[in-house]
Amino acid sequence: MSRRIWNNAVKAGLYICSAVTVALLVSLIGYIMYRGIPALSFHLLSTQSSYLNDTIGILPNILNTLYIIIVTMAIAIPIGVCAALYLTEYAENKKLVSAIEFAAETLTGIPSIIFGLVGMLVFTQLLGIKQGILAGALTLVMMIMPTIIRTTQESLKTVPMSYREGALAMGAGKWYMIRTVVLPNAVDGIVTGCILAVGRIIGESAALLFTAGFGLVLNNFVDSLTSSSATLTVALYVYASERGETNVAFAIAVVLIILTLVINMIAGLAAGRLRAKTK
Amino acid sequence: MDKAMEIKDLNLWYGEHQALENISVDLPKNEITALIGPSGCGKSTFLKTLNRMNDLVQGVRITGEVRYNGKNIYDPDVDVTDLRKKIGMVFQKANPFPMSIYDNIAYGPRIHGVHAKVKLDEIVERSLKDAAIWNEVKDRLRTSALGLSGGQQQRLCIARALAVEPDILLMDESTSALDPISTGKIEELCLELKKKYTVVMVTHNMQQAVRISDWCAFFLLGKLIEFNTSEKIFSIPQDKRTEDYITGRFG
Amino acid sequence: MMRSKFDEQLEVLNQELIRMGMMCENAIRKSACSLLEHDLLTAATLPDLVEQINQKDREIENFCLRLLLQQQPVARDLRAVSSALKMVTDMDRIGVQSADIAEIVTMDSVKEVDESLPVREMATSVIRMVSESIDAFVKKDVEAARAVIEFDNVVDGYFDSVKKQLIISLKQPGENGEMILDLLMISKYLERIGDQAVNIASWVIFSITGQREGVQGK
Repeated sequence: MSRRIWNNAVKAGLYICSAVTVALLVSLIGYIMYRGIPALSFHLLSTQSSYLNDTIGILPNILNTLYIIIVTMAIAIPIGVCAALYLTEYAENKKLVSAIEFAAETLTGIPSIIFGLVGMLVFTQLLGIKQGILAGALTLVMMIMPTIIRTTQESLKTVPMSYREGALAMGAGKWYMIRTVVLPNAVDGIVTGCILAVGRIIGESAALLFTAGFGLVLNNFVDSLTSSSATLTVALYVYASERGETNVAFAIAVVLIILTLVINMIAGLAAGRLRAKTK
Repeated sequence: MDKAMEIKDLNLWYGEHQALENISVDLPKNEITALIGPSGCGKSTFLKTLNRMNDLVQGVRITGEVRYNGKNIYDPDVDVTDLRKKIGMVFQKANPFPMSIYDNIAYGPRIHGVHAKVKLDEIVERSLKDAAIWNEVKDRLRTSALGLSGGQQQRLCIARALAVEPDILLMDESTSALDPISTGKIEELCLELKKKYTVVMVTHNMQQAVRISDWCAFFLLGKLIEFNTSEKIFSIPQDKRTEDYITGRFG
Repeated sequence: MMRSKFDEQLEVLNQELIRMGMMCENAIRKSACSLLEHDLLTAATLPDLVEQINQKDREIENFCLRLLLQQQPVARDLRAVSSALKMVTDMDRIGVQSADIAEIVTMDSVKEVDESLPVREMATSVIRMVSESIDAFVKKDVEAARAVIEFDNVVDGYFDSVKKQLIISLKQPGENGEMILDLLMISKYLERIGDQAVNIASWVIFSITGQREGVQGK
């Protein structure tokens, strides 16, 4: 009898925990939407802030976020994927590989403000690159490359050895085999890794404070590389704390959430399409 | 006896462990040679030295000669990719690529520079016919190879190996994962294949070796104990260890 | 120990062959005795004896076929089983020859056998040949089997001697022609039993070495 009561109590407890989790998520998103959606307007999204007209516009920040995603991924993907290929397919010294993997693993745990500090010291002060998208992107590359390397490695490892052996046994060279058999089958895993990375980039703020800067001015792509350019997250901080415009901050939060959702969906579709093509 | 390959004093080490000891044997051309022996005796290792697939294993060291067309395949100036075109391999578990049937067969020729559609079509048809699977798949060449049954997939892998027109076909326990009917089809296939190719097969199945092989090599603990026609090995083996193994008294 | 069941079955096969061999020796002995002691009663027991031998032949045959089916033997096992199949056929024939001898005895034409005719010697010799060839099979003794084949020359010599003496008897007037011819046939049957024993021995050699040696015609 007591066992039945105990079972029911445990079940009830688990239900409550799940309910709390869902409630947390729903209320969080709900509150953000509640505060943020009224503050959204076409004007907000399509203009830059102007002291003259006393208006606020977050177009520059939206563009900055997109720019930084593009630049970071453009640098990190080739280097990360190639590094992962080397580690999985070519490296001979097992000890060296473990050491590199351990280093990558540790890097993912380091707080992002430290990356920001290092980025500021190395890129803006030592190398003299002006605060802007470029410096910010380089900092983010340091941050997300371990993730990309790790997820690429994992997805390369899921390709069965038998495919590699089969290709080599027919006279394929090693790179040909990797290009035609391994990579196509690992690509959805690699894309997943990239989604994770993009998600992290969108949400990153601390690392960009002193590397990409606080600038709220609209620039074209080339200029933004070396001019202080705040991404959406940094802008949220600026508007919320320095300018006291909490409604705008919530509006930015809504934009960030929607952006994340959209990017996830696009990446998912892309991976599905790529997988269908290789079949 | 015409020789497809001549092996002299072959020794192989995985690191410190010696897996093959002083193997010398001539493999006859256009015949089926079966390699038998208990688990871990070195027969699969030996098979893999014939197309240098052992190169993929770290820490492998080889001494001795494996001669194909009069040349030692372990000479430094040998083109391994070309070697593997002439000496093909079919594995224990069918490993078709996750591509269409057509692309699977065309993979080999494409490696070696054949891209013209007409030529590829011809090669695909010929290979699938040689592997006795053309009629079953000719209407679905563009569908995924993974949709075939196990036995069909293995015949597909055979067709894939044949697409590059090898001289020698190495089969590493290729029917051990299949049901009796599929196994039977592949055995029939081997009997046909030996007219054009030389077949060297590792098998655990004694009855299979008796049924279809012409020559038989018995391996034990890395050494080649006996090599003779299958009829002699299975009716009057010369070495007691051979007899004990084939009569199932150990192994 | 692998294949212990099969090894047990091979041991059973050996025992059965020994048993059938003993039945054959018994049949030869009884038919020879019934001849030499003019014992018609004993002679009358032969048909039943031979029926038993025939039964045993079929039993061992079925057993061997089952072994071939279930165990798929190769090498020495295959040779052992297939030799056994051939040996029981020869032993069955030995039974038939013994019955033929007994049949002649029951016709009561041979009242007594002249001591100078080596009939008794022939009978003892072929009994020995049968038992030694089975023994050679069980002990896997090639030399013993070869000795049996060699020894057939002695039996052939006895037969020649009987034939010569009977021809001389035939030429003498007043001799019982029917008895002489019956004696000749009995001796021929005994000589044939010797040949069957040689066949058994030659299959024994095959089971051990894989070579056929010394096969006799019928």
